[in-house]
Amino acid sequence: MRIQVKLFALLREIAGTDTVALEVPERANTGQALHELSQHHPALQPYLENVRLALKMDFVDEAASLAEGDELHLIPPVSGGT
Amino acid sequence: MYKITTEPIDVQTVNDLVKRPSDGAVVTFDGIVRDNFDGRTVRSLEYEAYAEMAEKKMAEIGAEVRHKFAIGEIAIVHRLGALGIGESSIVIAVAAPHRHAAFEACAYAMDRVKEEVPVWKKEFFDDGDAHWVNQN
Repeated sequence: MRIQVKLFALLREIAGTDTVALEVPERANTGQALHELSQHHPALQPYLENVRLALKMDFVDEAASLAEGDELHLIPPVSGGT
Repeated sequence: MYKITTEPIDVQTVNDLVKRPSDGAVVTFDGIVRDNFDGRTVRSLEYEAYAEMAEKKMAEIGAEVRHKFAIGEIAIVHRLGALGIGESSIVIAVAAPHRHAAFEACAYAMDRVKEEVPVWKKEFFDDGDAHWVNQN
C-alpha cells in the first residue's frame, strides 16, 4: 500500500524533499516504513534513530499500524522557543 | 489562544488577551533571539514547524497547565521564518488570580513547549556556518 512520509528540518534538507512516497506491505507498521525509507534514502538512516513518529498529529511508536494513504510525519528532535 | 504565525509578535497584545477581571497577575514570557550559541556569534535564526500539529500540541500544553496550576487564561504564540537578533520567537502569557501560580505556570509551559511542540530552529553563524539545533 502507498503512504507518504513527511520530512522536516534537517531530514528535509538531506532528502532534498519534504515528502517521500513509499510503497509498504499491507498491514505494515511505522517501524517497517522507517526501514523501507532508509533503503530508498540511505543518507537519512543515521537520523532515523532519533526521530519521533506522528500520525494524524499524535505521536505514535514503531508498532503503530499504517493504512493506505497515511501521512507519516517524522519529527526530529524539536527546538522550539528560545 | 494557541497560534503559529509568520508575523512579528506583539507582546502587549498577547499579554492583554489573557486578562480577566478576576486576575491579579499576568506573567508574560518573551522569548527573544540571542546573538550567541556555544561561544559562537549568531547572525540570525530560522524557525520551521509542522504547524497544524504544533498548534494542537500548544493547545494540549495549555490544557495541561490550566489543570496543574491555579490560573485563568494562557496564550502561546510562536513565530516561524527568519528572525533577527532580539526579535520575539515565542510569547507565553499566563493570567491568574495570584502571581505565584502565574510565574510557575508560565515557566512550566515554556519547558513543555521545548519538549513537545514540533518546531525546529536553525542558527546561522557569523562565520557563514549554520546548524539545526539539537541535531547530531
